[in-house]
Formats: sequence, C-alpha cells, structure tokens
Amino acid sequence: MVTIPAHIAAILEQVFDPEVPVLSILDLGIVRSVEDRDGQLKIIITPTYSGCPAMQTIATMIRLELSTHGFQHIIIEEQLSPAWTTDWMTESGKRKLQEYGIAPPQYSTKNNPTNYLEVVVPCPQCSSSHTELISQFGSTSCKALYRCLDCKEPFDYFKCH
Amino acid sequence: MHSDLKQYCLQLADNSLIHGHRLSEWCGHGPILEVDMALSNIALDNIGAARSIYAFLAEQEGEGKTEDYYPYTRDVREFLNVLLVELPNGDFADTMAKCLFFDAYQFYFYTALKQCNDSTLAAIAEKSLKEVTYHLRFSSEWVIRLGDGTEESKENMQRAISNFWEYTGELFQPSAIETSLQKTLQLPDLNLIRDQWMEKISEVLQEATLSFPLSSEKGWFQQGGKTGIHSEHLGFILADLQFMQRAYPNSEW
Ligand SMILES: [Zn+2]
Repeated sequence: MVTIPAHIAAILEQVFDPEVPVLSILDLGIVRSVEDRDGQLKIIITPTYSGCPAMQTIATMIRLELSTHGFQHIIIEEQLSPAWTTDWMTESGKRKLQEYGIAPPQYSTKNNPTNYLEVVVPCPQCSSSHTELISQFGSTSCKALYRCLDCKEPFDYFKCH
Repeated sequence: MHSDLKQYCLQLADNSLIHGHRLSEWCGHGPILEVDMALSNIALDNIGAARSIYAFLAEQEGEGKTEDYYPYTRDVREFLNVLLVELPNGDFADTMAKCLFFDAYQFYFYTALKQCNDSTLAAIAEKSLKEVTYHLRFSSEWVIRLGDGTEESKENMQRAISNFWEYTGELFQPSAIETSLQKTLQLPDLNLIRDQWMEKISEVLQEATLSFPLSSEKGWFQQGGKTGIHSEHLGFILADLQFMQRAYPNSEW
C-alpha cells in the first residue's frame, strides 16, 4: 500500500490520465511513492504499459500542478518493478470508470480467469452480464473491446492486468 | 559498462524495436479495424520495451547519450536483432506466423529473464511478460482460426508457417556474448527455451490442423542477425526509421 502525504495527495488528485480523463493518477495507482524533504519532492511513478505514450505528458502535468502550488524542487523518476497492475486501482477510480462508460476491471489479477471466455464483464450502460468480447485490444493497450448483447452497445473494458 | 552486457542489451532492444517497427507498418492497413488497433498496440508495447533498454544503456554509457542514440544513429551492421523480425510482413497470415514464432519465444524468454541477476533486465522482463502474454494469445488465436478455417485460409496459413520456419532456429542459437554472460548473469538457457517453445508451437499447430513444414526435418536454419549480418530488408527499415535524424541531425519536435 502506498502512503502519500495528504497535502501532496490533494494536489496529485488533480492530475488526470490524459487518455482516460476521469481517472486521477492516484486512482490509477501509478504513483508509487512521494517524499517531501522540506519542500524538495521526489516522486516515483510507474508506467501502466511499456509503450504507454502518456508517461511523459503525465510527468509534465505533475510538475506543472505542483509548481502552481509553490513547489520548485521536483524530481520525478520512473520505476518498472514491481510492474503496475490494475489491483492498484482505487475503488473510487473503478466507480468513476463505470460512470464514464468504461467497464472497470472485474477481478483481482490473483483470481482473473486464465481463459478469457470465463471472464464476465457487465455492460456499463445497462448492467447486463450478457456481453461478449470483440477484441482483446481496444483504443489503448489497457482496454479490451466488448459488446452488450442486450442493449447492443459496444463498450471498452479496462482489462485486468 | 561491460561491453558484452552492452551487446546483450542491444540484442534484446533491437529485437523489440525492429519487430515493433514492422508491426507499426500495419497501422491503417489492417484487414479489419480491431486487428489494426491490436497490431498497433502490440507494436507500441515492443517499442516501449526497446526504449526501456536503450534508456538503461544510455544511462550506463553516459557520454551524453540518450535512448535515441541507439535506434537513430547506428548503421545496419551494428544492429543485433535476429533475422526473423526484420523480414517483410507479407500478408496477414505471414505476419501472424512471424508473430506466433516471436511471441512464443519472448514469452518463455522473459519468463526466464525475470530470474536473472541484473535488476534492470529483470524488471523489464517482468513488465514485458505481462504484455507478451496478450500478444501470444492474439497470434495463437489467429493461426488457429486461419489454419482451422476455410480451404484457402488454411493453405495461406500453412504457407506462412513454412515461409518463416527457417528463421526460427536463430532465436535459440546462442551468440558468443550470450554464452559468455549466461552463467554470471543467470540468463535464460536457450536450450530450455527451445523445448518450451517447440511444445507451444506444436500445440498451436495441432489445434490449427496445420503441420510442421517439411523443411523442419532438415534442421537447417538461417542465421547472422545476432552478429550483425543482416538480410537486405534491415537497410530499408533503417532508411525509413532514421531518415529524419540523418537529414536533420539532433532535430526535435
Ligand atoms: Zn448493455
């Protein structure tokens, strides 16, 4: 569990994932540690996927948000291990995804069925569990594409990873 | 940084970069939109993994190098990727055969590399393995669907498997560098990886109702990439990839 000083968390809560703009970077779980030594900050972040094109933007946005709150010495480092997992996503993050129309991860990676045919993803529009996978790769690496067989709407699923 | 370790890192990174670059050529040309997006995502994962390794190298080597130095300024003979990944994409069946062979290799390779003594390589392996698991599932499913499909799709898939077969041996043929580092760094044992790979490939081919190519009995394979001896195709890839940096050195945007 990552603990972030409350006064910094309040600021980072305002930095949103550029690709899924309802999620803050804290909801996503990509901030791994924050150290505040008399206003000198060291922040460790981890990418969701290796090729995530948003990492640089996210680092810049963190810097910007913190500097508007008066912080001038900010070091941001990227760390690969332990590898990011959707298990680190907050409950409020999952709720926001659902409301945004993206089905949140349905399992922890420890009990995610290895056979994806057993994965049940309820439709974020009508809650029906009568849905099917269209493609394992959606508009970004972190999502898969599903369709609802009841309301017929296609939707993104933030897959367990 | 020890020069053997540097070469080893280049082998890994060049494999991912060139494979990713080839797959990116599908962007806008996929047979259906979902496949187009999938191939672009897989390309990104590979290029991302390559970037992590190039960045690690740049940090180790210093001298003002950045991750861009390696993909953009080296010439053909300095690239150490296997021949398999530089081959043209061909049609969709060809690309799926190539991906199946390479994804299965990466899957078992990264599984073993997670245990190596170098903490950066182990971290990159841990991260990439999660992604390669999806890649392998994607390529296996397509090989099975096309193989066990119509008469025409089966014929194309079988031809594709045969086309790339002679480029698979190099994956498991250790270079001098791999041999020299294997014990000290606890790197993957390529003989073991080959057995696991072979088992997975037979399983997929069987489910796809495809057979091993006739040439597999001869046991003869192309090689050279790991020591910088490439097919003509790599030069064309680099001409495309490096054009901007060659024409306008150090340009940024
Ligand atoms: Zn629905």
